[in-house]
Amino acid sequence: MNIRPNKILPQIIALLAVILVFGFLTYNAQVNMDNRGIEFGFGFLTQESSFDVQFSLIDYDGSHSYARAYLVGLLNTLLVAFIGIILSTILGVIVGIARLSPNYLIERTAAWYVEFFRNIPLLLQIFFWYFAALRALPLPQDTEPMFGVFFLTIKGLFVPRFVWENLDIFFYSIIAAIISIIVIRNYARKLQENEGKQLPVFYISIGLFIILPLLTFLVGGVSLNFSIPELEQMSNTSFKYKGGLGIPPELIALTLALGLYTATFIAECVRAGIQGISKGQKEAAASIGLTPNQILKLVIMPQALRIIIPPTTNQYLNLTKNSSLAAAIAYPDLVLIFAGTALMQTGRAIEIVSITMLTYLSISLSISVLMNWYNKKIAIKEK
Amino acid sequence: MFKLIKQLTSLAAVVAVLFAFTTESMAAKKSKTLKNTQKKGFVRCGVSQGLPGFSNADAAGNWTGVDVDVCRAVAAAVLGDANKVKFTPLSAKERFTALTSGEIDILSRNTTWTLSRDADIGLTFVGVNFYDGQGFMVRKNSGYSSVNDFKNGISACTNLGTTTELNMRDFFNSKGISYEPVTFEKADEVVAAYDAGRCDTYTTDKSGLAAQRIKLSAPDDHIVLPETISKEPLGPVVRQGDSVWEDIVRWSLNVMIEAEEYGVNSANADSMKTSDNPAVKRLVGAEGELGAAFGLDNEWSLRIIKQVGNYGESYKRNIADTGILPDRGPNELWTKGGILYVPPAR
Repeated sequence: MNIRPNKILPQIIALLAVILVFGFLTYNAQVNMDNRGIEFGFGFLTQESSFDVQFSLIDYDGSHSYARAYLVGLLNTLLVAFIGIILSTILGVIVGIARLSPNYLIERTAAWYVEFFRNIPLLLQIFFWYFAALRALPLPQDTEPMFGVFFLTIKGLFVPRFVWENLDIFFYSIIAAIISIIVIRNYARKLQENEGKQLPVFYISIGLFIILPLLTFLVGGVSLNFSIPELEQMSNTSFKYKGGLGIPPELIALTLALGLYTATFIAECVRAGIQGISKGQKEAAASIGLTPNQILKLVIMPQALRIIIPPTTNQYLNLTKNSSLAAAIAYPDLVLIFAGTALMQTGRAIEIVSITMLTYLSISLSISVLMNWYNKKIAIKEK
Repeated sequence: MFKLIKQLTSLAAVVAVLFAFTTESMAAKKSKTLKNTQKKGFVRCGVSQGLPGFSNADAAGNWTGVDVDVCRAVAAAVLGDANKVKFTPLSAKERFTALTSGEIDILSRNTTWTLSRDADIGLTFVGVNFYDGQGFMVRKNSGYSSVNDFKNGISACTNLGTTTELNMRDFFNSKGISYEPVTFEKADEVVAAYDAGRCDTYTTDKSGLAAQRIKLSAPDDHIVLPETISKEPLGPVVRQGDSVWEDIVRWSLNVMIEAEEYGVNSANADSMKTSDNPAVKRLVGAEGELGAAFGLDNEWSLRIIKQVGNYGESYKRNIADTGILPDRGPNELWTKGGILYVPPAR
């Protein structure tokens, strides 16, 4: 590398300027806070939060600390982001491929879906799914169960809960299945490269994945029961469910809105990726005798993914950040619990908003790093 | 090299501009707020996003309510015209930040006076303009007739970031009842969710329940349970550190209450100048030099009474006549069985 002072100097000065500006802003904030009698500090994090939260993945109530409340919010945000990303990816891939379908009806439906959902502001869609669905859903006492065990009501979706015994053994069996599948795959690849033989890897994998965990039920002492939700009357018109697992309507509305909205963008990424591969690739693959499935799997997708991944990463990041709109419909995410209630109760605006911003930044950067790693993995490796 | 110099100069310019913007804000003067208000020509007042009786805007954008009247009283005292107020609607979440950051100068937004708010976050409460308490609203046909009927698993809708949220926990915990809190940022969404049936009960200050009930699709199908589970003294708030401004807001409110006590109202204020009672004469500026202490003229209190009215007039106009809470309850004068008692203006 050729280092010349007139190239480095401006960069050093720019860096100094950035530090100076930030330092000055911090100083200015401090002076103004001093003037107004506001103290700065993170001591409040260990104080008792004294507010409860509707929905939490970990054990929490108001006797825990603000730090714990922060963790509750963070996990709830991650939950929405996780479900939303999976939902939007599945839907996005299906719709993206459907947009290229030769079937006119399928192609048009997919196109309408994309144009409709991506052109309405997300907040409106969240309100729609929440309030429209709330109004449309029946009260608990009027609900007809689906398949006898699912109850979709205005107070949420109530599903049977798994009651496991020896769950750890079951987990180990799944891990064992995954490891053996990886080993067999590697062996099969070697076999194909060295001797040209092909093993039915797919069927073997499926078989392993089903049989190993099943075995634990027979010999490992694993058992599974269901706790089915039961309607319980609290007063003349108030009902609730006992047992089972309750999924709050806020979570359903939010993931649905985020998933449907983001899926439209992912669908466009997928379409662009597939269309970006020249027709010649497909024809060449067909001419050497590959089946349509093999063409998609071995020729089109590996190349298309390179085009699809970078813009899709953006969409994942957007989805995660958009999940902060949860506050509008009472889903207790990071913004609602921490930058909402906790901020209000403590009045520590600067501290809490900076923590919240840093948290979103870290989540986004983690997703970004993960996707960049995947992108590198599938990039063309010149041999 | 020439390019470098160009970059440097533009950078220096940016830094210089930043400094120029911020140095002025550091200079602390005595009652900066009063000076700024008189310079601007209006009082900057933070109110709710729509709570009938307290602060609510009509279709034409005119604000009314007892909280609004506090700001109008200050405008009448300081600027001579009760209409010279700029109202900023704020959510519960935004209100304190708006005040401490200097976006508004008075927060008059049904805000509960608590120790931690007063002492901790750069705010000062100046008084109480409404004594409230938290209650519960339920459906009439639900069979709940008292909070003692509540059972495990009840879901309760409320506003986030309010004392309501904390009281609710204290209340349910003391009763040993598990509950599901559903908290929204805006009151309208709380009402919509409760109305749809998402929650079994809606809890907030009783005055708020009475006011929000009007927004429900069938107000008559809902009742407010008799119990009050907390003390909620609501009052105006100012920034810490400007004691002159603090006094002006405090005494603008006190004058309204004292005027009712002495029977001075918007209609008879002028004629009271010749009253035999020196306390009344002081109140309408015919005796003493009360305004001088704030740097105001002597008719400041007369203007408040003439333009805004006394507390009783404000209550009647905004809360009683609108059907929200016809009964004044604790918000009656101490001489008539209530707890409104203010220090004497002398």
